[in-house]
Amino acid sequence: MDVFIISLLNGLVYGMLLFMLASGLTLIFSMMGVLNFAHASIYMLGAYLAFETSRWVGFWPALIVAPALCGLLGAAIEVWGLRRVHRNGHIAELLFTFGLVFIIGRSVQMGWGMLPEPYRVPALLDFPLFTLYGLQFPAYRAFMLLVSAGMLGAIWLLLKRTRIGLIIQAALTHPDMVASLGHNVPQVFTIVFAGGCLLAGLAGVIGGNYQSTEPGMADAMGPIVFVVVVFGGLGSLAGCFIASIIMGMVSTFAVVIDASVADALRPFGIALRADDLLGEILTVPVARIGALLPLLMMVLILLFRPRGLMGTRDT
Amino acid sequence: MKCQRILAAIVFAVLGIAVSAAPSRAADDTIKIGYVDPLSGPFAATGSNFLKVFSYVLGIVNAEGGPLGGKKYELVTFDSKLQPAEALIALKSITDQNLPFVMHCVGSNVGSAMVDAVSKHNARNPDNRVIYLNCGALATELTNEQCDFWQFRFTANVDQRAVARIKTLPKSVTSVYVMNQDYLFGQSVQKATVKYLAQYRPDIKVVADELVPFGKVQDFSPYVAKIKASGAQSLVTSNYDRDLNLLLKAGNDAGLDIRYDVYLAHQPGGPTSIGAAGDNRLTSVMEFNDNVPAAENNEAAQKFVDGFRAKADFNFIPLDYLTMFRMLTAAINKAGSTDALKVALALEGMKMTDLMGDENIMRAEDHQLLSPLREAVFTKSAKLDAEHTGLGWKEEAKLTAADLTLPTTCKMKRPTQ
Repeated sequence: MDVFIISLLNGLVYGMLLFMLASGLTLIFSMMGVLNFAHASIYMLGAYLAFETSRWVGFWPALIVAPALCGLLGAAIEVWGLRRVHRNGHIAELLFTFGLVFIIGRSVQMGWGMLPEPYRVPALLDFPLFTLYGLQFPAYRAFMLLVSAGMLGAIWLLLKRTRIGLIIQAALTHPDMVASLGHNVPQVFTIVFAGGCLLAGLAGVIGGNYQSTEPGMADAMGPIVFVVVVFGGLGSLAGCFIASIIMGMVSTFAVVIDASVADALRPFGIALRADDLLGEILTVPVARIGALLPLLMMVLILLFRPRGLMGTRDT
Repeated sequence: MKCQRILAAIVFAVLGIAVSAAPSRAADDTIKIGYVDPLSGPFAATGSNFLKVFSYVLGIVNAEGGPLGGKKYELVTFDSKLQPAEALIALKSITDQNLPFVMHCVGSNVGSAMVDAVSKHNARNPDNRVIYLNCGALATELTNEQCDFWQFRFTANVDQRAVARIKTLPKSVTSVYVMNQDYLFGQSVQKATVKYLAQYRPDIKVVADELVPFGKVQDFSPYVAKIKASGAQSLVTSNYDRDLNLLLKAGNDAGLDIRYDVYLAHQPGGPTSIGAAGDNRLTSVMEFNDNVPAAENNEAAQKFVDGFRAKADFNFIPLDYLTMFRMLTAAINKAGSTDALKVALALEGMKMTDLMGDENIMRAEDHQLLSPLREAVFTKSAKLDAEHTGLGWKEEAKLTAADLTLPTTCKMKRPTQ
């Protein structure tokens, strides 16, 4: 029971971090049809910028400055990069963002070096919030939950309750109509792309000291974020939220399960040993393959429901 | 048409580079070493740190005179990306350039492929053989079942490290949680840890013996909850790089109050990630550290450490690498050339005193270096710190080469002379 509650909390924290990353990605995709491969790179850049800013002026200004810089970078990428390659179709856009992954990755290595940076939790939040069965729950994790929940609310309000949200949603489905009504659709695109990058930057600021700030962090987070977006349904914010939480929970709880598939079959009179056909796979404890479960789930959903949990289109 | 012309231009450009890069072997006063390690990707930190180490070590060995009356060593670097396939492409390039030595440090999976490929290459090309200098593929299998005449391992293997790790666990520890990465190296450590725990410390209970996916876990908190629930006094793990950093971070966050008895916490990035939270709780098994010379009043070694700190602004661990190049120099001098067979025969059974005055032996039966290991604790009271953390490694126990001489199952096929 104790492990269950702790895992529930940790799964929630990890799931919300995934959501912060994936929401920006899915927003950009639903709006522009661009799968931004460089999204996790922006996340890494957010963490490094926050580390650098917090060295000079502290963590709290960094919480504003780093995402803002990432947003500006996103706007620049959209205006001077994506808009140009857009003429050549989606493949060109994909390749462009793929190239950005290498450029940002290499720049970070050249700027900050290969080793992890000592980006630490601010002193104000560096205390255990409460102790549960002998394990502390750090206040910083509660802060992460707070920030991501706040972000979720803000996006929802922006998209559903404001005029700009209305235009964004309209531009998503009927860009030509919105343009003929006098709205500047390319500018809306820029805002969305910058907004997505800002969210990734924000995730980087609070994820950088929750994990470790190092050049490998983009490669580590990239695949799982794509899994979340595909699982939730490309372009669906609600699906993205549900998928993030599911993935966070699955990765966390899988670790706790020391049983294997073979153990689950035993009560039904099926006894498997490691040397049977497929036995080696089925007798591996779930904990050992836990990190692969999200990928397995993505494969299954692509087979049986290609649009994802809440996706609206089959593309 | 235009496409074809561009293509042709590219082909010629590539050919041009290849031709101009072909080695000019005449009147060469350098001895080139092909060095293959991850210089990009998630494990680039380790590779780039080793580059600094080798640049310093080779500077010293070259200044000492170098082999064959003053020839200089020179590294030719290749990026392995920690992928066996990439490393084999690099090996092909190395043999195409007729480099006599290939050196590789990171990744037992890469090392395993390398042993095999070098062995096959040497069998097929007796006039263009290479020696594989293994400086860090640690899985014991590489000098046991998989041992090969052309491989020389210049650093302690998994079993030697496991013996050092287990023998230096304090008497007060009665239960341990064993955690390793799920690939060749981690599984090798897992086997060795459990085996030597039963042999040397039967009083210790192994409460869990776990494999974690290699480089895939983003948050170790659930593992920390498991460790806490198990009630273990000490976590014994061979996780390294990101897998260790995130594990220690999660442990700190949750206020997990246990000892961390680790195999590779001294690797680059480890001290930075742990920081002050590791004070007096984290131990690691290493070849050397910056505070050893002062403790043993060794001025030459102190100068060596200070020199590296001044040049690379970093702490120094792998003393084996200095021993490796000194042994190689002695072997080349004895052989009178860089001929792989002659150098290999000269290396076999070679004895050499290292910088700290301890005897190192390159065992002839399995080509495994027998060298001392030191167990050190990460503490604020260390004189020289690691990675500007304010904390450094302080030696608690030392095992000599004789303590770490373990039997081998190697049945080596030797080339006919």
